[in-house]
Amino acid sequence: MATPTLDKEDAKPEAGFADSPYITVTFRIRRFNPEISADATWEDFQLEIDPKERVLDGLHKIKWDLDGSLTFRRSCAHGICGSDAMRINGKNRLACKTLIKDINPAKPITVEPIKGLTVLKDLVVDMDPFFQAYRDVMPFLVTTGNEPTRERLQSAEDRERFDDTTKCILCAACTSSCPVFWNDGQYFGPAAIVNAHRFIFDSRDEAGEQRLEILNDKDGVWRCRTTFNCTDACPRGIEVTKAIQEVKRALITRRF
Amino acid sequence: MKIHKYDTVIVGAGGAGMRAAIEATKRSRTAVLTKLYPTRSHTGAAQGGMAAALANVEEDNWEWHTFDTIKGGDYLVDQDAAEILAKEAIDAVLDLEKMGLPFNRTPDGTIDQRRFGGHSRNHGEAPVRRSCYAADRTGHMILQTLYQNCVKEGVEFFNEFYVLDQLIVEEDGVKKSAGVVAYELATGEIHVFQAKSVVYASGGTGKFFKVTSNAHTLTGDGQAACYRRGLPLEDMEFFQFHPTGIWRMGILLTEGARGEGGILRNKDGERFMEKYAPVMKDLASRDVVSRSIYTEIREGRGCGPEGDHVYLDLTHLPPEQLDAKLPDITEFARTYLGIEPYTDPIPIQPTAHYAMGGIPTNVEGEVLADNTTVVPGLYAAGEVACVSVHGANRLGTNSLLDINVFGRRAGIAAAEYSAKNDFVELPEDPAGLVVSLVEQLRDSQGTERVADIRRELQETMDANVMVFRTEQTIKTAVEKIGELRARYKNVSVQDKGKRFNTDLLEAIELGNLLDLAEVMAVSALARKESRGGHYREDYPNRDDVNFMRHTMAYREVADDGKDSIRLDYKPVVQTRYQPMERKY
Repeated sequence: MATPTLDKEDAKPEAGFADSPYITVTFRIRRFNPEISADATWEDFQLEIDPKERVLDGLHKIKWDLDGSLTFRRSCAHGICGSDAMRINGKNRLACKTLIKDINPAKPITVEPIKGLTVLKDLVVDMDPFFQAYRDVMPFLVTTGNEPTRERLQSAEDRERFDDTTKCILCAACTSSCPVFWNDGQYFGPAAIVNAHRFIFDSRDEAGEQRLEILNDKDGVWRCRTTFNCTDACPRGIEVTKAIQEVKRALITRRF
Repeated sequence: MKIHKYDTVIVGAGGAGMRAAIEATKRSRTAVLTKLYPTRSHTGAAQGGMAAALANVEEDNWEWHTFDTIKGGDYLVDQDAAEILAKEAIDAVLDLEKMGLPFNRTPDGTIDQRRFGGHSRNHGEAPVRRSCYAADRTGHMILQTLYQNCVKEGVEFFNEFYVLDQLIVEEDGVKKSAGVVAYELATGEIHVFQAKSVVYASGGTGKFFKVTSNAHTLTGDGQAACYRRGLPLEDMEFFQFHPTGIWRMGILLTEGARGEGGILRNKDGERFMEKYAPVMKDLASRDVVSRSIYTEIREGRGCGPEGDHVYLDLTHLPPEQLDAKLPDITEFARTYLGIEPYTDPIPIQPTAHYAMGGIPTNVEGEVLADNTTVVPGLYAAGEVACVSVHGANRLGTNSLLDINVFGRRAGIAAAEYSAKNDFVELPEDPAGLVVSLVEQLRDSQGTERVADIRRELQETMDANVMVFRTEQTIKTAVEKIGELRARYKNVSVQDKGKRFNTDLLEAIELGNLLDLAEVMAVSALARKESRGGHYREDYPNRDDVNFMRHTMAYREVADDGKDSIRLDYKPVVQTRYQPMERKY
């Protein structure tokens, strides 16, 4: 499956909730534990859940009451920390921001690790290559000369220019939804470019040229094929593809 | 088992840990151990802002900020520490801006500021705009900016390493820190980090409550590691309940919503805070607002079929203002409640939010072994610590400030200590305690389940030691926690593996929560007065004669191995502010 699919909206989750808030759903989870077997398998769990609960709540019910060995990362549980990006019904999402009622609970809910990063156990993947790509784009403010005694001034318009890309929580939902990244892990990937964008377009920063050169690499922005998977996947609503296009344009015009 | 040697080890990579790491890495060979990845820390969930009397938009000064902090903490604040907090706030904000933090801006291009609970002009005259902010994502921006600067400085992280033990060695009658013992999640391997200095910055303990704004991972690991090694915990009875958590879920909706003009209403649509706090109204301190909400609910003016919540009303604010200033919390309402905040009020209830108490430190971040004795080489900063700048109730925006001011101080002090001192020799079998803890849990054939005990703990904490407490409810909690601690000895995990065994770690975290819950309840039982976040219905007044003092709780182990809690007290540092009745 090259492109994540949107769920069909034909299901009617309201039906049958009238008396009890709880419904029975099946979670179909991709399991992998190399301590036990070299092969990944699908495992089904049935549970009672309020459709207003999160997929993360379902995973917790399984871990806490059915199978303690089910392994996944999570922390804040409300879409801020970026720990629990996973592939839910074929689409990258945060388990803590996805409500059961929004993903057609009539059919089994499939949960898999995000793609393109090595699976270490169940839904846990190796995040190191992802963070390495982030570190490679110089994701920090660079300035020269003496620092002012007070704050640097920045107009509200200049601040607004890069607002969208400051929202990134480094969850990897975008990068691991990108077909280019799946085929070639050397590609920086959308998240690293988003974080480069955040500084390239910050009026206070003086290392835009250097970052653009880094992204001018053969594994840089030119690999992007504008499939918009990243934009669809971003749980923070960042216009990721647009940010990548802006970086490409800056590389051509050298204006940013 | 692996042994590592670093000058400075920092435990935790949230705001305080990374702020400390930036300083310590410049000065000493530093390692940061975190049980998550740095950017997953709960600093990222903070929303409304960071207080500093920049006076960018109206008259303000750090002395007013000091006063508000002390009054907000119901005079249990150590006043010398509060003064440092308020004074250094200004540079702390400017430092973050220079590190790249994208603050919201005024039309002049300076850092914009907004109102927040308990922050006032001239000692309580009217609300003042003191909170420096980036929309309702200030914590996210601080966490990202600090991580970015850690990347810039080349800070060395050990991600998904759980610190489970603090090594204390007695040399010439002085307790010293020798290092920490950590468990590596990926492999199950145990690592000893020998270090000249150790900084705890591992965050809070909120997960012993059910309705909480805290992350699943806030289980008091740092407090528990120190407490078990005989170090005291200060003021653990003081826990903050944030007035506006999403009903039943506890997800935080920033006080900035009220700073922007949001109003709390009961089922009759009444702006009830006018009754309880005529001047500051909805922007009274959090303990006052949370008690007011529960008073409304108890007196039958709560909303919904069960009358168990009130409303946060933003419908009179222009949608453009909500989009620009409160984009995240309005999205939370849409995502989790299916409510459109432009047109509908948001159901809220108080949510367990912040531990004012913790590991006692002085203003340099040095950990105390008793009321005055420093533990050489041991430091703490942020929510894990108790300086005490928050006293009995923390003001909103003072925690993002605390982590920056005292994270920086602890990082510098620890690295300077490392430069001047040698390693303390490791104790014999340094990993012994952790090895036996891990093996015991992994091999246990017990019949108790982690999830059951945790649920019962959270239920009893919510029912008995929340916003309103009495001797009876606290005793019920103490008894229940005792029973749960006994049952915990018979707990087992299903995952017996070494690789990413989060089942095992949740069991260990539960052990920490149980110990700390007991300290909290026992401390609360002994404090027969009402002050800040600790409200006793059987003792509704503040009692400065008997209780103007910090609680210090110690774990004592008898010869038969049974442990108990010994309470002692420490005087409050008062400089220029005499306690007054607290009115908003």
